[in-house]
Amino acid sequence: MASMQKRLQRELKSIQTEPPPGVSINQNSVGSSLTQWIVDMEGASGTLYEGEKFQLQFKFSSKYPFDSPEVTFIGPNIPIHPHVYSNGHICLSILTEDWSPALSVQSVCLSIVSMLSSCTEKKRPPDNSLYVKTCSKNPKKTKWWYHDEKV
Amino acid sequence: MESEEEVLYNESEEEEEDEDDSGNESSGGDDDDGLSVALLDSEPTVSANMSSKDKMDFDEDFPFEVLTTEQIMQHMQDCIKEVNNVVQLPPTITRILLNHFKWDKEKLYERYYDGDRGPLFSEAHIIDPAEAYNNQQIKKLSYSHEMETCIICCRDFPASMLTGLACGHRFCKDCWNHYLTTKIMEEGMGNKISCAAHACDILVDDQTVMNLITDNKVKLRYQHLITNSFVECNRLLRWCPKPECSHSIKVQYLDFQPVKCTCGTIFCFLCGENWHEPVKCDLLKLWRKKCDDDSETSNWIAANTKECPQCNVTIEKDGGCNHMICKNQNCKADFCWQCLGPWEPHGTSWYSCNRYDEHEAKAARDAQERSRAALQRYLFYCNRYMNHMQSLKFEHKLYASIKEKMEEMQQHNMSWIEVQFLKKAVDVLCLCRETLMYTYVFAYYLVKNNQSIIFEDNQKDLESATETLSEYLERDITKDNIVDIKQKVQDKYRYCDSRRKVLLQHVHEGYDKDLWEYSVKL
Repeated sequence: MASMQKRLQRELKSIQTEPPPGVSINQNSVGSSLTQWIVDMEGASGTLYEGEKFQLQFKFSSKYPFDSPEVTFIGPNIPIHPHVYSNGHICLSILTEDWSPALSVQSVCLSIVSMLSSCTEKKRPPDNSLYVKTCSKNPKKTKWWYHDEKV
Repeated sequence: MESEEEVLYNESEEEEEDEDDSGNESSGGDDDDGLSVALLDSEPTVSANMSSKDKMDFDEDFPFEVLTTEQIMQHMQDCIKEVNNVVQLPPTITRILLNHFKWDKEKLYERYYDGDRGPLFSEAHIIDPAEAYNNQQIKKLSYSHEMETCIICCRDFPASMLTGLACGHRFCKDCWNHYLTTKIMEEGMGNKISCAAHACDILVDDQTVMNLITDNKVKLRYQHLITNSFVECNRLLRWCPKPECSHSIKVQYLDFQPVKCTCGTIFCFLCGENWHEPVKCDLLKLWRKKCDDDSETSNWIAANTKECPQCNVTIEKDGGCNHMICKNQNCKADFCWQCLGPWEPHGTSWYSCNRYDEHEAKAARDAQERSRAALQRYLFYCNRYMNHMQSLKFEHKLYASIKEKMEEMQQHNMSWIEVQFLKKAVDVLCLCRETLMYTYVFAYYLVKNNQSIIFEDNQKDLESATETLSEYLERDITKDNIVDIKQKVQDKYRYCDSRRKVLLQHVHEGYDKDLWEYSVKL
């Protein structure tokens, strides 16, 4: 779909030229179709995650941006956070029901950075082990309950 | 773009004339009381579908109308017009406001004239058109000659190509079309589609939706969604529960009454379930939940087999009558399917198969025995409820065999008119079965008092008469017994019909005078 390609190119360009603090695009990960990206992320200084490195994977369907991207943490270091499951799934409302086509990769990255930064205690979600055993591979298929309105 | 306004609010006056006709659809006067029964026999008006439901009695003081999808939309427009004459807002805004108040215009008026309009509009997720007008003017001026980027697709457009709601978020028409199509087709949203901007909760009005969507299929689906939410929010409207039926019923006030759709479905207006007189919706709901919770037990109860009380052979019941004669040639026991007792007493006046033996329950002293008694009590009522339900299904099979009998009788020198009593008898039998089925739900929750004893007497009477009628209808008809059977069947169904009315009348009286006490809190 032409409009999707154009939009993703624009987004790629803007994240390369003016990335949000602590965020950078992993160039090798971006294929020619642009449907899958990996974003490197650093824990902001002065927070519980200072000095840690994470990787975020973005997958875009052909309906992007009307359909939200599939965003998960991948790699060896999954942040320990009450809204991040140990399989990398993130409980964040803008990734599912509060998604708007006016949001972007940049705004998603910013939301995740701020979600990590506002954390006061490093721990997994209470239902982590059960969820990880029973969930679908695609976090968008999960019916999330957003317990915490602050994030 | 302005010219092709396919709007929900069609102002054409032609539609208005149809309104008088719609009244004809109401089938409120379809009653026949006991007196007219005799006449009915000689009336050669038997409907093609042989259904007992045609003989249902509707209350004339509870008028209702059946509306088609078009009439529902028309009704919605009329509601909007009516309110608009008072509040003077654009119709699309009025629709959102009315929807916010669940189509209760009094509530809307109250809030609207309460003084502060601001909170009202923000609660309903719209922008006060009085303010919006100013905003739009400014935007139009400042953008008109510049290029503007649509932040969804990242393409540049002359500003006039971008559009948005009164909140001021603007996107290109292509993106709007995509956005709305996704919301409507994939998420099934109608009423609650908000602006495409992040965290903006201003609702998209239906005129905007209809203008921006290009695919007719999507438009149609959107209209369905809007109509659906109109019906679901409106207390005085209810969809016909039959899956493929698209009619809805409109009443003038809420009451525990049956309504009948043009498709023939009769249902309770309050809860949408099959008409379930005499038990009311809340008790029936409790009962259904109980049956679901005890599903294992219910499954067991619902099993269609029982053992012969004499020879223990397994018996499956395949007809409606409770009088069982064991087919085991060495046994031939005569017994009652319900109580498994000998049949002999059932024919006499001390037929007592419908009442739970309270003495046995009293005997239960310790907790374990009490709970066993409670379970037995439940099983007793559940058994009889299920039994009538099952019989009702068989009774519907009876229509087919009755048809054969009617043909057979016509060969025995009876006229077509003379044999119609058989169909009428099955109609009455089905109504009685249905009523009896729900009487057991009612009785289960009833606390014993003088009135409940009268009720159980009525129930007992109706039940034994119904069983007799059922048995008559299963008898073989021969040349010799034909006159005798006709007389018996006619007497019995008239009796059943009148007993059923007496029972229901008594329950209604109890409702009016508040005579019923329940074992559960409602």
